[in-house]
Amino acid sequence: MILPNRSGFFGDFGGKFVPETLMAPLDELERAYRVARKDRAFGRELDLLLKNFVGRPTPLTEVKRFGELCGGVSLFLKREDLNHTGAHKINNALGQALLAKRMGKARIIAETGAGQHGVATATACALLGLECVVYMGEVDMARQELNVFRMRLMGAEVVPVASGSRTLKDAINEAIRDWVTNVGTTHYIIGSVLGPHPYPMIVRDFQAVIGREALAQLRRETGREPDVAVACIGGGSNAIGLFYEMLKRSSIRLIGVEAGGRGPGLGDHAARFEGGALGVLHGTRSMVLQDAHGQIAETHSVSAGLDYPSIGPEHAYYQGTKRIEYHSCDDALALEAFHRLSETEGIIPALESAHAIGWLMRNGETLGTGSLVVANLSGRGDKDVPQVAVMEGREP
Amino acid sequence: MNRTFAHLKKEGRCGLVAYVTCGDPGVDATVEIVLALAEAGADAVELGIPFSDPIADGPVIQAASWRALERGTTIDDVFAVARRVRAKSDVALIAFSYLNPIMRYEVDRFAANAAAAGIDSLLVTDLPPESAAGARQALKSRGLGIVFLLAPTSSDARVRLVDRSSDGFIYYVSTTGVTGARRDLDAKLVTRLEAIRGQVSKPLAVGFGISKREHYEALEDKCEAVVVGSAIVRAIADGEPSGAAERAAAVVRGILGRG
Repeated sequence: MILPNRSGFFGDFGGKFVPETLMAPLDELERAYRVARKDRAFGRELDLLLKNFVGRPTPLTEVKRFGELCGGVSLFLKREDLNHTGAHKINNALGQALLAKRMGKARIIAETGAGQHGVATATACALLGLECVVYMGEVDMARQELNVFRMRLMGAEVVPVASGSRTLKDAINEAIRDWVTNVGTTHYIIGSVLGPHPYPMIVRDFQAVIGREALAQLRRETGREPDVAVACIGGGSNAIGLFYEMLKRSSIRLIGVEAGGRGPGLGDHAARFEGGALGVLHGTRSMVLQDAHGQIAETHSVSAGLDYPSIGPEHAYYQGTKRIEYHSCDDALALEAFHRLSETEGIIPALESAHAIGWLMRNGETLGTGSLVVANLSGRGDKDVPQVAVMEGREP
Repeated sequence: MNRTFAHLKKEGRCGLVAYVTCGDPGVDATVEIVLALAEAGADAVELGIPFSDPIADGPVIQAASWRALERGTTIDDVFAVARRVRAKSDVALIAFSYLNPIMRYEVDRFAANAAAAGIDSLLVTDLPPESAAGARQALKSRGLGIVFLLAPTSSDARVRLVDRSSDGFIYYVSTTGVTGARRDLDAKLVTRLEAIRGQVSKPLAVGFGISKREHYEALEDKCEAVVVGSAIVRAIADGEPSGAAERAAAVVRGILGRG
């Protein structure tokens, strides 16, 4: 079965729930993408950029000392943090920027939460000579100042979003409003496997390189496939990127880790599978954190990149089929993992990625000593150092 | 809805559809405002259900939705408004919403309670006809219609789909963008309307950006109705709550030239 289906659904999830103005442009985007995907020249151009500009393939690093803290599993980290710009986001941003160029769109817009997707998009636009506007919530701008400066350095305009909770959700609202206004000249690079069809498919395809590389590297290093793969999930692009090639290998346990925030109350976390209900947000049908009246809930996570009330529709589908398990890791455990990985391995993880390895610290022993585990280190933590220092009462 | 447009045709005039965000500045105030709009000459009123993430709306309606939600306005409050208006007026009432609150309310229950409240039709900004079969059936079984939109970007195939699917009339979005009053109409709007006129069988109500008499005069021979939203919502917000209904009515009278 090929997912999504022709209407853009993954089972009951996904689809295209947008104002009429965007319906025909989404069809146009899908057509352009399907043609590009079959075009060898497009594939070669992207592969070359991934190799010589981004630095792919990213390494796979065995972390023995940290593995001891995770119940003695044999743990390998897929080092997306070593990509140019410091996270997996560049895989998708470059792919979509090339696609936009092919479609003759000279202006790019994007939303960003932690700033990593905004930085990746600003980078791709600088490289390809495209105009770039990034929408970012004011709260996120304050906690990710460094990334705001990086985007501006590369010539992007960063537009502060002051509505709603002033985080990722509101940045997407503003980006959609821009797109609906400027759709003739502008391509919207969504940063995760979210939004209306064909975005969840396009972003997944551009991120699937993560899992393809990881499987090949593990085979080379260990002679076998992993028993378990783990990734954190905001929208879910680094997770689907790692898992996609593994979905059909049923012996691999796939585990997605949502943000447990500061507690189980609505508004205190971003664990959509623990507190969400079926809904439609930002053009896609999925599990959505919302109140009894269908108003979208505010969310909380120490990590800006996971702070979002909905989840990619493909994840909602695989939660239903149980092919992927979903768990959560709270702020405190993620912060502990942030420190432990830094101390034991000399790798400072992004707070987002710290949720995946935090879950492993707590639950690794249930996987069995010596299990072969691969975790996606989706981003580096340099951007989070000032925030953590402030939270812990130290000068950054 | 059909009756409203048949009536307009008989009278040979271009109608006016007014939009209000229910619950701003309060539920009682909304009842008064809707009655005043009808009295001022509005042929239909869209009852806006406030939503936390209104992606198709500009700053004026975003702010009104936010205020209405701060006051705790719910779908049941919107139905209460409809019931109280219906007791005094037969103005056509269209519930105007984003999809998520209706999903949460459950579409069958929504259709039943909307019909009981005297609502005639539903328009859902982010529900295109290809995903609306279930909702359409649920509404139809209660005697309610559903209105779909066309936009400047709509392809010929979509124009045919919307013409087939929309009940009573088609909402034509005048320009690419979000809701909000604009100084001038989109320069290509009249040409587009002339082209679309030949492609559809249903009446056209043109909205987005329409806020003054000149706009109405430019469009009255090109469509069956205009939709006025942000200009009314702004007038409601712009002053003491006690004068809101009169300010809203003045916008409608001004546009219809009855001032």
